[in-house]
Amino acid sequence: MSATRAAVPPKQRPADAGDRPVDRRRGSTLLRHLAIMLAAGLLLVGVSYAVEPFRNFQLATVAAYLCATAGLTVLTGLNGQLSLGHGALMATGAYTVAFCQNAFADRGMTGGWLLPLSLGAAVLGTVAVGAVVGVAAARLRGPYLAGVTLAVAVVVPALAVTFDGVFNGEQGLSVPVEPPPVSLGPYFPYERWQLWLTGAATLLALLLLANLIRSRYGRTFRAVRDDEVAARLAGIHVARTQVLAFVVSAATAGLGGALLAVLAQSVSPGAFSLTLSLFLLMAVVIGGLGRLTGALWGAVLLVALPDLTHSLTEMLTLSPAVAQRMEGNLPLAIFGITLIVVMIAAPGGVQGLLSRLGRALLARWSARRS
Amino acid sequence: MDRFVFLTIDGLSRGAVYAAFALALVLIWRAARVVNFAQGAMAVAAAYVAYTVSAQTGSYWLGFVVAIVAGLLLGALVDRAVMRYVDHTSPLNPVIVALGLVLLIQAVLGMVYGSEFRPAEAPFSRSALTVGGLAVLSPYDLFVFATIGVVVVGLAWIFARTAVGLRMRAAAFAPEVSRLLGVNVGGMLTLGWALASGVGALAAMLVIPTELGLHPHAMDLVFVSAFTAAVVGGLDSPPGAVVGGLVVGLLLSYVSGYAGSDLTPLAVLVLLLAVLLVRPGGLFAPVAARRV
Amino acid sequence: MSAQDLLVVRGLVAGYGAAPVLQAIDLTVPAGTIAAVVGANGAGKTTLLRALSGMIRPAAGQVLLAGEDLRGTPVEKLVRRGMAHVPEGRGVINELTVDENLRLGGLWRRDRADAGRALTEVYELFEPLARRRRHLGHQLSGGERQMLALGRALVARPRLLLLDEPSLGLAPRVVARTMALLRQLRDRTGLTVLLVEQNVRSALAVADQGVVMALGRVVIAAPADKLRDDVELRHAYLGF
Repeated sequence: MSATRAAVPPKQRPADAGDRPVDRRRGSTLLRHLAIMLAAGLLLVGVSYAVEPFRNFQLATVAAYLCATAGLTVLTGLNGQLSLGHGALMATGAYTVAFCQNAFADRGMTGGWLLPLSLGAAVLGTVAVGAVVGVAAARLRGPYLAGVTLAVAVVVPALAVTFDGVFNGEQGLSVPVEPPPVSLGPYFPYERWQLWLTGAATLLALLLLANLIRSRYGRTFRAVRDDEVAARLAGIHVARTQVLAFVVSAATAGLGGALLAVLAQSVSPGAFSLTLSLFLLMAVVIGGLGRLTGALWGAVLLVALPDLTHSLTEMLTLSPAVAQRMEGNLPLAIFGITLIVVMIAAPGGVQGLLSRLGRALLARWSARRS
Repeated sequence: MDRFVFLTIDGLSRGAVYAAFALALVLIWRAARVVNFAQGAMAVAAAYVAYTVSAQTGSYWLGFVVAIVAGLLLGALVDRAVMRYVDHTSPLNPVIVALGLVLLIQAVLGMVYGSEFRPAEAPFSRSALTVGGLAVLSPYDLFVFATIGVVVVGLAWIFARTAVGLRMRAAAFAPEVSRLLGVNVGGMLTLGWALASGVGALAAMLVIPTELGLHPHAMDLVFVSAFTAAVVGGLDSPPGAVVGGLVVGLLLSYVSGYAGSDLTPLAVLVLLLAVLLVRPGGLFAPVAARRV
Repeated sequence: MSAQDLLVVRGLVAGYGAAPVLQAIDLTVPAGTIAAVVGANGAGKTTLLRALSGMIRPAAGQVLLAGEDLRGTPVEKLVRRGMAHVPEGRGVINELTVDENLRLGGLWRRDRADAGRALTEVYELFEPLARRRRHLGHQLSGGERQMLALGRALVARPRLLLLDEPSLGLAPRVVARTMALLRQLRDRTGLTVLLVEQNVRSALAVADQGVVMALGRVVIAAPADKLRDDVELRHAYLGF
């Protein structure tokens, strides 16, 4: 790995100690990310008390989507693999969590540790599926990969209907979730508990992803994205890197899907259609490909835009039939146009624009000071 | 045996449509190195235009012609208004933009026409004629075969024999040199998009009456099947797309006939994965040129 | 500018990105002559040809072809004005047959009968091409590719031929034959040639005018025989 060693600027490597400074730097990255996540967690707890239950639920949904978008942005933005099948991976996680929770409920098991166990099982299940797709994906390039994952996205929801003895067809399964622990008090709002749960899981996933991005693996992801041949010549195992990226991304997508199922307390194939996969991709592109903050903007957009268009159609006086058509489709149309415009005019997405704006303001500010 | 013959004919008829749709994908791939994921949505949009025209005038054939013209125009529009401005340095970008088009077109169709299935009429009877006690071809199957045959032969003639076809091929293979030789490369690209989109619209007109009916998502699964067909043939090969289309059509027909129609999407996925893993360049690909 | 000057370049500035490669090039090529542009790697020779044929947009300056300003003329229209550019590496389209490559050169012409005649003439001029009519571009040898590229340019019946490194990667005999052919075309049809070459000796042997470029400028333009035979000039500008 001499290539990665050489990438560290010499000034951050004091002459007296060989490898330790590098390790210390990595440690500080971990600490910094931990601090950020803790702050975010505290902020989230504060917010959960400040806003009404419905907003809590919406924020919890944002957190669940954020899991999936963060994983997708690592895969597409950092590793250059386009997946249109993340909706299907989310479905895998969602159905796994449904099976586990139902199994526990059928056996009359209770306890706070059951849900984390189910979520863990969901992540593992999705990792297994992701590994299979990832091995295929590592042999495929650009449009081929997009086509295969598109097929996955179209086919997987259909499976739920094909094997309806297991998946209960279009109707789907219910996901029994226990009420918040008694220690939180009898009147603790359920939505706040949901936000805490999903928020904690998502922050943990983000922490792991953020560290992965900054690590050796993150660098190999980018190297493979930018030039496969050069990466191979630098000693990077390209296929292994691609599979790893896909598996990581699948794990977070599975977690996101599982969280969504827990939030909705049910799971059905209609919720994980091709449109969801396209939505996820769009969210990360509009937010800014390859950046976790971009994934956050994307997740917020996924929840906020349908809400906004809903209020918009309510403001206009439309006949019920027209209003119904508009409500389902207006967000899609806006998403589609935004996606096209962002790709053409601002490939960095929202986060790209924000950081450009930030730099410009900073430059102006320092110019005024001097 | 009767059943086998029936399924074979049905598969070939379906496969002919996939072949045309795959051909449309291959056309754009060769011209612009873009897999047009919006092809299905664009074709459905053209079919909706035809539906409107037919409903207004009562003439199926007027709608049929209008669909093709609408397809041609839509293809040219997508190239001129959208794809031309996309940065093609990363192959992801045009794919993402095409997906944006999918969302946009399907949403607009949903807003204008609603998202219930609308019955699409077939111009000929779909019940099979019997020859010697054996149900073989329906008049509609014959119509499909004839139309696709004309399209395939027509496209082959355009590309192999005409000056425009030569220009289009040259512009696709070597844009810079072609410009030096006086070829309007941008124009050829637009023409390629228009042609492909027109063929796609035609395929949609042929396939929609055989399925559930007109719907903004009516071509989603057809797109996946046609993409599989194009990949089976190798994305670069028009004859491969035709053969691939027939193979996929037959496979789907046998699977749905012998194992149940619920399994057809899975069969497509398995075929696609199998071909890509065993022979990533498709069955008709030349020996791989790029190896590290 | 005299009436016989087919190509006149004045103060041409062009390049890729911020720093211009060409810095105020002045150049005149009289009709019916061969001009050879020579110079070291990176002198800007290929960039000059690309700027002349509009492949890169000049930042400043003027290019006149037979007195007409070429600014704003799209690349694909230049061949209609009588300029043909054979690019570096010759640009044979590998996926097309020899015949298709050649026909492509004359497709833009309205006078289909004459385009057909031009095609026949090229086949007569380059015997080996006629034998390999149906072969694909990538099946040809280096010399045949050279013939094909040159022949394809000639199908357009250009007034001015821009040739980028025709000797690249070819055997000396093939190079000599190409150079002789250029001279023959000049004498017989009045073709004007602007030739970019690394191979200074063979280029100056055939040219009427020698143009030496260095670091994006024309350092000297002189009659080719003078440049070739004057020891001092040769030492000063060509280094041999």
